[in-house]
Amino acid sequence: MTERDTAVRDSTVSGTGDDMGARDTGRNGRTAGVRRRITALARAELLLLLRNRLALGTALLLPIGSLFLFAPILEDLDIGMAARAYSLTGLAGFLLLYVVYYNLATAYVARREELVLKRLRTGECTDAEILAGTAVPAVAGALIQMAVAVPVGALLLDLPVPVNAPLMLLGMLGGLVVFWLLAAASSVFTRSTELAQLTTMPLVLICLFASGVVFPATQWPDPVPEIARFLPLTPVMELMRLGWVGTTGERAPVDFVGTLRPAGLPLAVLVAWIGVGVWTVRRFFRWEPRR
Amino acid sequence: MNGTGVVEARGLRRRYGASGGYEAVRDVSFAVAEGELFALLGTNGAGKTSTMEVLEGLAPATGGQVRVLGHDPFRERRAVRPRIGVMLQEGGFPSTLTVAETARMWAGTLTRPRSVAPTLELVDLAHRASTPVQQLSGGERRRLDLALAVLGRPDVLFLDEPTTGLDPQSRQNAWELIRALRAGGTTILLTTHYLTEAQELADRVAIMHRGRIAAHGTIGELVRRYPARIGFAADGVPALPELPGVRDSTTTGGRVTIRTDALQETLTALLTWAQRLGITLDGLDAREASLDEAFMAIAEEVPA
Repeated sequence: MTERDTAVRDSTVSGTGDDMGARDTGRNGRTAGVRRRITALARAELLLLLRNRLALGTALLLPIGSLFLFAPILEDLDIGMAARAYSLTGLAGFLLLYVVYYNLATAYVARREELVLKRLRTGECTDAEILAGTAVPAVAGALIQMAVAVPVGALLLDLPVPVNAPLMLLGMLGGLVVFWLLAAASSVFTRSTELAQLTTMPLVLICLFASGVVFPATQWPDPVPEIARFLPLTPVMELMRLGWVGTTGERAPVDFVGTLRPAGLPLAVLVAWIGVGVWTVRRFFRWEPRR
Repeated sequence: MNGTGVVEARGLRRRYGASGGYEAVRDVSFAVAEGELFALLGTNGAGKTSTMEVLEGLAPATGGQVRVLGHDPFRERRAVRPRIGVMLQEGGFPSTLTVAETARMWAGTLTRPRSVAPTLELVDLAHRASTPVQQLSGGERRRLDLALAVLGRPDVLFLDEPTTGLDPQSRQNAWELIRALRAGGTTILLTTHYLTEAQELADRVAIMHRGRIAAHGTIGELVRRYPARIGFAADGVPALPELPGVRDSTTTGGRVTIRTDALQETLTALLTWAQRLGITLDGLDAREASLDEAFMAIAEEVPA
């Protein structure tokens, strides 16, 4: 018997599946299994991100850079709140558009074209786990940057304590889910990673200039501001500002309870986009390159 | 499992697109018993990969029924996947991950993974563990593919053209590994268009042609349906006598070829006759039919 034979036989579980090596049995085990699989994919995806200078720059430098680049626009505008508060909450928009939407759409296209998604689908991961595992570094990266920027920025810029912090968090989390789904959806009509810049550009530009990231949509003529409220990013910006300073700019600032009523529409719009996103991804997501 | 088969296909059909679309698999039935190594042979486009993808649970069958370990591999993939290993004809790796990082990622998704290092050793990739996948040769990528397929200690292993692109040495190594896995009790279904590979490894084979199984059985059974051949130089040989078992005899390019169903009897009679007349049969050559003959005959005989 060769060495190889011995090696194979020693580690082979022959016959049926009930063996000593099995893990994740029972219901708790099932959740643990989901977490383990997503972690394994997320770790690999993080390594890939750290080795991709362009993606890393897009994730770490572009959002904060954009913040400083666009901040001067606000100087001469009547926006109904401190320009510093407006800019800082705008960071959430840059993060969602660049880090989650553009970077992640590129990652899904890259993994699909490299036939990685096809391979992953032969294994134990469910489709949702594959999509989630790939998204973890981008989503966590955006969330962490915002979680750092808000307190640090507030201290440096001498901003007031948020009126309704949970609303800010809800807006950010909802935005992460929406742009994660939109990234997956955009990968469907993107044939290569190079084309991802082109295919994601329309939504990025529209959101930047009509969702109130760099300046209020009220600067546009009617009916643009009203229509813009239904864009995927607008509710995030509205919830962030409502939660922090108690106004989106049009009315006088309100207190905690006062923020609840105006939060209704943005929350409903977010939920609707999540619904559209889930449906689109389930129906159209492509796991293999088109031949 | 009703004792019939670990992998079963009954009347399997697979069509691409809506009704009226291309039917890649048309009424395919076979069963693979526990611990058996079954090979699906066929030319490109015969429907091998389309069949495999249904058995692997990647696509639903358009018609018929498939069972893997007693479950529907597509609908009940949660039950099936932890117990199978799949090597796709073409699967990819993230290009900037190293070999070890790739294997560790895959191991993290498995219910009962082997250790990564010894598994890389099995496919002779241990020395490449810290090499980025994009720097691997085609053969090395194929071996990494094989390593990932066996990493979950599968009870059933699906190998779609496992040795395509390997050099002869690597192919021998892969065969050795596949044989060792089979000896350890793993049920293996593989596709190949290398006849030698089927002959080397398979207990039974099925030859697919245009979406159907044209012939199946053990290699011995398949080969026996086709005639053996005797050949020698035609120069200086008089007309042949009546020989037992002969189907036909032809002379082309200065060589006589006799096709026979009874190699030993024909050959004995031929040699006795040559001895009596004092003739030397130059370049004498006699051989049983090989899988090649079965394969070629099937590829030729089925009308379009």
